[in-house]
Parts: sequence; C-alpha cells; structure tokens
Amino acid sequence: MTRTTTPAQPARSRQAAAIRFLDRYLLYVYTAFAILYLMLPVAVMALFSVNDPPGKSNVIWHGFSLDAWLNPFGVPQLFDVVRTSVVVALVSTIAATMLGTLIALALVRYNFRGSAATNILIFLPMATPEIVLGASLLTLFVAIGNPPFFPTNFLTILIAHIMFNISYVVVTVRARLYGFDRHLEEAAMDLGANEWATFWKVTFPMILPGIMAAALLAFSLSIDDYVITSFTAGRTSTFPIFIWGSARIGVPVQVNVIGTAFFLIAVGFVALTTILQSRAARPLPPPTAGRERAATLDPAPTALTEAEA
Amino acid sequence: MHARQWLNRLTPFLLLAPGILWLLVFYAYPSVQMFISSFWAGTLETGFTVSLDNWTTYPQALERYGPQFGRSVVYGAAATTVCFLIAYPLAYTIAFRGGRYKSLLLFLVIAPFFTSFLLRTQSWKIILGDDGILFGPLKDLGLLGPDFRVLATPVAVVAGIAYNFLPFMTLPIYVSLEKIDGRLVEAAKDLFAGPWRPGGSIAGGVVGGLTAGGLAAAFEYDIVAFAILGAVGGVLIGAFFLSESFIQIVFPLSLPGVFAGSLLTFIPAMGDFVNAELLGNTQTRMIGNVIQSRFLDNNDYPTAAALSFMLMAGILVAVAVYARLLGTKELTSSG
Repeated sequence: MTRTTTPAQPARSRQAAAIRFLDRYLLYVYTAFAILYLMLPVAVMALFSVNDPPGKSNVIWHGFSLDAWLNPFGVPQLFDVVRTSVVVALVSTIAATMLGTLIALALVRYNFRGSAATNILIFLPMATPEIVLGASLLTLFVAIGNPPFFPTNFLTILIAHIMFNISYVVVTVRARLYGFDRHLEEAAMDLGANEWATFWKVTFPMILPGIMAAALLAFSLSIDDYVITSFTAGRTSTFPIFIWGSARIGVPVQVNVIGTAFFLIAVGFVALTTILQSRAARPLPPPTAGRERAATLDPAPTALTEAEA
Repeated sequence: MHARQWLNRLTPFLLLAPGILWLLVFYAYPSVQMFISSFWAGTLETGFTVSLDNWTTYPQALERYGPQFGRSVVYGAAATTVCFLIAYPLAYTIAFRGGRYKSLLLFLVIAPFFTSFLLRTQSWKIILGDDGILFGPLKDLGLLGPDFRVLATPVAVVAGIAYNFLPFMTLPIYVSLEKIDGRLVEAAKDLFAGPWRPGGSIAGGVVGGLTAGGLAAAFEYDIVAFAILGAVGGVLIGAFFLSESFIQIVFPLSLPGVFAGSLLTFIPAMGDFVNAELLGNTQTRMIGNVIQSRFLDNNDYPTAAALSFMLMAGILVAVAVYARLLGTKELTSSG
C-alpha cells in the first residue's frame, strides 16, 4: 500500500496515479450500475402498478392512475388465489421450520451413523431442478391414483412446499448452530438446569434468530413458487399460477399492485428485524469478549440469569 | 444408566425422523417412481402398465427432443458465463471494498428476489419489448434499426435466466472471497507483486476471446468477430486491472466459490422453462418446456418421466464429479 514512486519518473507516476484512481473508483461505479440493473425489473413492476392501460395488456405506459391500488382485488379470483398462496406459505413454513430445525440440531449436535447420508439427502433437493421435483411428485401422485393425492389438489401443493422448504431451513439453522457457544449450555447444566430447561432457556433463544431467518426464507420461497406448484396444483390456483395464466392474455394491473406490496412488506420486515436485532445486541458485550469469558468458564451474566429463572 | 445411554444414542434419530421421513417419501421415493413411470405404457383413462419393453421411450424421446436438450445445455452454459462475468466484480467489491456498507450491499443484491420470479420476468418483457422503454427511444434516435429486436430471441432468454439466477452465483463467490486473509495479499505485495501488465494482458485476452467467441457460438453470431472483440476487451481489462496478487492469490482462492456458484446457477438454468416461455419464441424452447407440456397439457407421462430422468441423471453426474473433485462443504454452506 505504501509503495513510493521516485520523482525521477514523472510519466510512470502519472500512469500509476491514473491506475490507482481507476482502481479505487471503477469498482464502485460498476457496483452502482450492477445494483441499478438488479433493481430495474422491480422498479418497472412498481411503475406499471400505477399504469392506466385501456385494455388488458399492461406492457406499454399509458398514464398515471391509482385505480388499481385503490381496488387491489378488483379482478375476479385474485383475492382467492392470494389467500391460497398465503395459507400454503404459512402452513408449509411452520411445518418445514419445525422439521428442518430438528434435523439441523441432530446434524450439528450429534455424531451418528448415517450423518453423511443425511447430509446428501438434505443437499440433493436443493440441487435438483424445480421441474424435476415437481414432475417426480406428480408421477407419485398419478401412480397412487386415488384421493386425497390424485387428482392433485391443495393438500398436494402443501406436501410439495414442505418438501422443498426443509433443506433450506436445515442449511440456515445449521449455519447459526455452528457458531453456537456450547459453554453457555454447560454453564446452565452446572447450575442445575436439566436438558429440557437448558434447551428452552438457553439454546432456543440463542438460535431463534436463525430459525426466524429460515422461516422468512421458507415463506418467501413458498409464496413465490410457480414451477413445482404447477405440477402439484391440479385445479387449485395460487398467485403465481394466476400470473402465469394471465401472462398470455395480459397481466392485470392489480397483479403488479400485489407484487409491489409483497416486495415492500418483505423488505420492510427484513429492515425491521435487522434494526431490532442490532438494538437488542447493543447492550451485550462484543462477541469476542463474550467468547473469551466463556472460554475461561466464567459465563456472561445475562445467560446465567436466564438459565436460573 | 443403560436406559439413559440408549436414549442418548437414540436422540439424533428421533430428531431426524420426521423431516427425513418426509424427504424420503416425497423426494427420494418420487425419483424412483419417476424412473418406473418412464417404463409405463397406456393413458390416464385406461391405466398404466409397467414393462421393460417400453425402454424404447428413451431413444424416441431423445431423437424427438434432442434439439431442446441441446438448447438447454447451451443456454444454461451461456447464462452461467454471463452470471459469472456480472457477479465476480460485484462480489469482489462487496467483499473487499464494502467496508461498513457490506451488509447493506448484500441486502441490495438479494432484495430484488423478494419479488415474484414471474413478475420479474414479466418486467424484462416490458423492458426488452421491441418499442419498449429501452429500445423505443434508441430507435427513435436512429441508433438502432427499426427491425432490431431482442425479445423473442435466444439473447432475451439467456439474459432472463442470467438475471433470475444471479444470486446463486454472487453469494458463493462472495463467501469464498470474504474468507481470504488480507495479509496474504499484503505479503505478496511485500514480495514485489505489482501490476502485472504482460501476464494480465495475456490472461485477459485469452479468457475474453474464448468467452466472447463461446457466447457468439451459443447465439449463432459471427464467432471470429466476437472472439476478436472479446480478446481486445480482455487485454485492456487484464492489462489495467489484473494485478499479480489477484491472479496468483485472490482468484485461485476464490475458485471453490466460482465452481459452487457455477453449479448452483447451471442446474436451475438448465431446467428452466419460464424464461424461454415468456421471453423466447417457439425456436427457443428448452427441455423444461417440453417436460412441462408433455406432463400437464398432453398427459404423456412416460415420455415426460423419461426426459426428466435423463435431465436428473445428467445433473447427478455433474454433482458427483464436483463432489469428487471439491467436496460438498462449499455447496451446502453457501445455500
């Protein structure tokens, strides 16, 4: 960093200065453009939610109108499909978060026969293209051939969503568990808490942010899923299936309104949890200090009081 | 005491059981069923019969849908390349120059993906439209001919795929760059690693030429012209921006992230049919489009199952080769 250029080489130093300038700022300029590029489709979606198209096709700008925002469900079926999507997302998120968190706990906390095979079984659904996940489930349901699995319906959508969400929950919660300081649990047990109390009073509160992140990820994956749902939905319609169906004849402006609202809610939710977490984290000592203290078997006072309570 | 030991041994399996059972019944078994279904004959009305004689479904499907398979591989590879070119500098900036804005920048990279996949693609349809907000003004100014179009061409399909799967490339590269110890780079500079004009130019030229030529081949453009353009661009970028410490230290150390990102982008890109349907035309249909229409429009389960099985088998081979060479840690930890 502290390379010196001798004044005897003015041309070289000017060139070096130019390169240093580019080196310093070009990457920032590039990043700004890259983020603009990433945001562009979102901005277009939001812009076309206040469009005023004369017909069904909403691909050309006609003029500003808030009609769709004032009447977001003013299209037949739209309310029903959004409700179905939200219900599927909620139920599959709760189920997958419970199942996935248990798997993550088992994988990180225990050495057992078959853990390598389990890892592979967790990884494979994420490495399988969605179309294959959906298609293979459909062949299963067709092979069964009887209700409640065939014809495919609301239940089969739920089965599929829980299935593809489990792996993402495991990966997210596991990342949080790896950084977990087990001395805190040992301290709680030394102080007489049994395993059950230790889990609920120490372990669970500490991995809760990871579980929340996993649930948020699962919810957004589920509410957005089109490909797998299209194979397992039968006559049931969800919001993405509604969009796909209307893409050929023209997507109603109201769809953009709901898409924009989902986006704003998601971004607002993430921003809120980030702010709350940084608030909550502030009074605690910095992580390194905490780790050193735990390493000398002198656990942080906050964890102690919680474990005792 | 014995009972307690048993319970301790049993605990991990009790924790695993519900989730793993779900995955075995609704992920692993359906894959087997899909293989069985590819040997079906019959229709939904008459019922299906399984017979090994129906193996002919495979060669028939390959013969009939060979072009779509080929397109999936070519478009998937092209989109993965474009993703890498966009994502690497982005991940590099966030990892090394992000400073206290690191999390904000990462959030900005992921935020667009809180919008529906279909609506994002629909937005690209609006943006890339023949007289849309991007090309309309350029055509009015006379910078583009009136017949110029991107929508309903392979370029639009690849651009859409690259956009939609960009985070799968960016995040693994970011993770591997972030892990690099900055002291290594400083040590290299202390050992007189400087700007690396000749080496950087050659590396940039070769990579640029091959990349541009390959992309031109994918889109059936003039390969030589694009290869030369790419090589010139690569030489310029290489000469000015590829320092010796980057080529010798940073890039090799980020390779696990690059490989993981490429695999995680290429797999969904190859199976995608949404971009080809919304942004392409009948000549850009990929294997995903065929599988979807065989299954859902034609109820031709045997052919669709055979096609899905071949797609899955190809991907499993790719994953196995990857895992053999580099291990699975990098893939699962960046998900």
